[in-house]
Amino acid sequence: MTQSVVVQVGQCGNQIGCCFWDLALREHAAVNQKGIYDEAISSFFRNVDTRVLGDGGSISKGKICSLKARAVLIDMEEGVVNEILQGPLRDVFDSKQLITDISGSGNNWAVGHKVFGSLYQEQILEKLRKSAEHCDCLQCFFIIHSMGGGTGSGLGTFLLKVLEDEFPEVYRFVTSIYPSGEDDVITSPYNSILAMKELNEHADCVLPIDNQSLFDIISKIELMMNSGKLGTVIKPKSLVTSSAGTSKKRQEKPFDKMNNIVGNLLLNLTSSARFEGSLNMDLNEISMNLVPFPQLHYLVSSLTPLYTLADVNIPPRRLDQMFSDAFSKDHQLIRADPKHSLYLACALMVRGNVQISDLRRNIERLKPSLQFVSWNQEGWKTSLCSVPPVGHTHSLLALANNTCVKPTFIELRERFMRLYKKKAHLHHYLQIEGMEEGCFTEAVSSLSALIQEYNQLDATKSLPVEDIPRLSVAV
Amino acid sequence: MSIVTVQLGQCGNQIGFEVFDALFSDSHCPQKFCSKRENEAYQASCKERFFSEEENGVPVARAVLVDMEPKVINQTLSKAAHSGRWKYGQHSHFCQKQGSGNNWAYGYSVHGPRHEESIMNLIQKEVEKCDSLSGFFIVMSMAGGTGSGLGAFLTQNLQDQYSNSLKMNQIIWPYGTGEVIVQNYNSILTLSHLYRSSDALLVHENDAVHKICAKLMNIKQISFRDINQVLAHQLGSVFQPTYSGEGSFHYRRNPLGDLMEDLVPHPEFKMLGVRNIPQMSENSLAYSTFTWAGLLKHLRQMLISDAKMEEGIDWQVRPPLSGLPTLGKMPLTKEFHFNTSIANLVILRGKDVHSADLGAFKDPALYTSWLEPVTAFNVWKTQRAFSKYEKSAALVSNSQSLVKPLDMIVGKAWNMFASKAYLHQYTKFGIEEEDFLDGFALLEQVIASYRNL
Repeated sequence: MTQSVVVQVGQCGNQIGCCFWDLALREHAAVNQKGIYDEAISSFFRNVDTRVLGDGGSISKGKICSLKARAVLIDMEEGVVNEILQGPLRDVFDSKQLITDISGSGNNWAVGHKVFGSLYQEQILEKLRKSAEHCDCLQCFFIIHSMGGGTGSGLGTFLLKVLEDEFPEVYRFVTSIYPSGEDDVITSPYNSILAMKELNEHADCVLPIDNQSLFDIISKIELMMNSGKLGTVIKPKSLVTSSAGTSKKRQEKPFDKMNNIVGNLLLNLTSSARFEGSLNMDLNEISMNLVPFPQLHYLVSSLTPLYTLADVNIPPRRLDQMFSDAFSKDHQLIRADPKHSLYLACALMVRGNVQISDLRRNIERLKPSLQFVSWNQEGWKTSLCSVPPVGHTHSLLALANNTCVKPTFIELRERFMRLYKKKAHLHHYLQIEGMEEGCFTEAVSSLSALIQEYNQLDATKSLPVEDIPRLSVAV
Repeated sequence: MSIVTVQLGQCGNQIGFEVFDALFSDSHCPQKFCSKRENEAYQASCKERFFSEEENGVPVARAVLVDMEPKVINQTLSKAAHSGRWKYGQHSHFCQKQGSGNNWAYGYSVHGPRHEESIMNLIQKEVEKCDSLSGFFIVMSMAGGTGSGLGAFLTQNLQDQYSNSLKMNQIIWPYGTGEVIVQNYNSILTLSHLYRSSDALLVHENDAVHKICAKLMNIKQISFRDINQVLAHQLGSVFQPTYSGEGSFHYRRNPLGDLMEDLVPHPEFKMLGVRNIPQMSENSLAYSTFTWAGLLKHLRQMLISDAKMEEGIDWQVRPPLSGLPTLGKMPLTKEFHFNTSIANLVILRGKDVHSADLGAFKDPALYTSWLEPVTAFNVWKTQRAFSKYEKSAALVSNSQSLVKPLDMIVGKAWNMFASKAYLHQYTKFGIEEEDFLDGFALLEQVIASYRNL
């Protein structure tokens, strides 16, 4: 079994990270009744004997002593990280695995990337190496950050290059929160485009997410809960968006519900690697199956049923509805409509009491309404994990490599150009050492090239699928 | 003689468990229609082939379990141990921490060489426990990374190191609509490599077995466990002991050797399929009776119309009239296509087995012209019934049956290859475009050879 390390950068990254760890603990507590430190838990947690001073004290087997998250927390302001370390999850984090500063990045990618990057490079390397040393077999880094700000965006992407150089064999999965249209950070287009270039070049896989979609999903859940339908009761033990039923009571904060969705995404993504099932899917299989060309590594995700993201006891709708919903544009975690765009590849990761026949029946049913690229007409990757999410019977995570990400990128570029044409706020960036206009033009070109790739694929959409002539052999 | 089974990857290990379980269950199934002595001889033969014994009397499967990540092997070992009836050897497994990522190149080029020594040592230990070795039975899937890539690597190694022993690879053909996106690439690479180093490829298609579960077994929510159990039943009906010859009551010693001799007369043609009837849920079984004539009639029609199960058989398909030249190039779209065989082996188990009339299988029209039916057709028998079936008939055939699925896989893989999608994942580990092209060329050759029977 392999381990993963989560690197949470910036305010957004750390808040999401915090929700993730809370959910992860709860999931493992529910599944692991005997309190034995097993391989499933070890994928995200170390077992530490806190009586041993210094850095030793890692216990690899036996009873759970004290669990420490395999995480590195990075923020250039202290507020968020301090809050975490004083909150109910303080024992879960290793106080040595964090890097903070005081002044913050001022929503400036250049400050995050160039200034703090060079300032903290050594420390970052040291913390990463330490966390890697604690792993038996490190498979993956999960980076969580936002694109619109300064630290998450700038320092978060600086980190990618460091990881690529230092740990070339370890996968880099990036969960990126893209700025919505009504983002209040004026320079978010600059930050996002500059960050995109780094994602293009140094990430193995990116899961783009936007706040607006998360917000819409939460609204939908609340609508369901308040609609007064029969059986809409708060569940005592399930994975929650509120903190009811948890032993570590956390004050619910405004973004918590939305962050929990992202936390659930990461849990479901790794469930088949951590838990058993009749058709396992490891993390390295995600990249292998969903990334046909190195640059096209942006995956649109959707989680269904929605009520698994809440403590709600709504009578489960038919299993098949769960599959249908996964392809609806209302359930995607970014604003995208995969059904009306072109699929390059699609992965369905199912948890719970779902068998292969259910999976096949639904693939057969939904296939005709989806458009797949000509060279991958049967482009499905599937996995079945026996362990359902806490308090529910089953769930589905769909990951799509689909041209429906294109509009997000195009819009981002437009917002960028609006600012850039007027050179608005540019001086804040250019005054940073190492920054010049070339950085901006290169970043935009990189994005344009990516958009162009998607355009070319879209152009093949309505063409008839022709078989390429095969090799002919002499008999 | 004994058979050493090598279970590779998730699929191989999950199936391997069901196979040993089926063999053991059948072996200990209470028998109504054969004598005690007969039954004991059968059990002893089964045991010699597939199980060795430990001090406390619990049979130990003659198997080596290999996987590049631990979850499945742990599950498999504990399932066997908990059954209390048989188990796997304590040290017969090899495991790593990180899987092959569905990447054939990783399984073949990285895991293979890296773990070659350890795995071959384990196999050697298992071989040493056998008084005499019939050969190896390697269970693997084509779609993933470990079973396929590492499986291909190991089979080659087995050929080098145990050149006098036979190797039969049990290959699982993935569902057509995908379990793994790069399954067609992995399949091409696996099949082309195995064709060079294996002695026979026994193929089971997930789609076909799935249909059996749905239509014949009436299972509503089909799980992989159901599929694997049907598969294990089919394999059991082939590999359990049978008399060594007409009129003999001794069980044959060398099942693998005999299988190869009967079914693979020419190295160009080594793709085998299994059909086994009857196959039904226990409830239905209670209300059914069978005659050998009925079973054999259905089996024959299944063969010539290329039906994979007993339902929906096309009775319109007939063999070409004898005397006329055979049909030549096989049209893929023609409806009433007739499935020509190179060789067939019928295995009959149960009551009154000697009264079965197999004349219809000896019709030369069923076979390609360059083999006489007397060579091309063989039958194995035993009076001892298999599992819960009073009479059961299995047909292992080397025929055109697998051309269509093979052609489909090659077609899909070729389309993907032409766009160069996913190739960077393979070249990363040393499998270049050339290797793909070699694979394509070999398989097109196999398709053409079978088509021209």
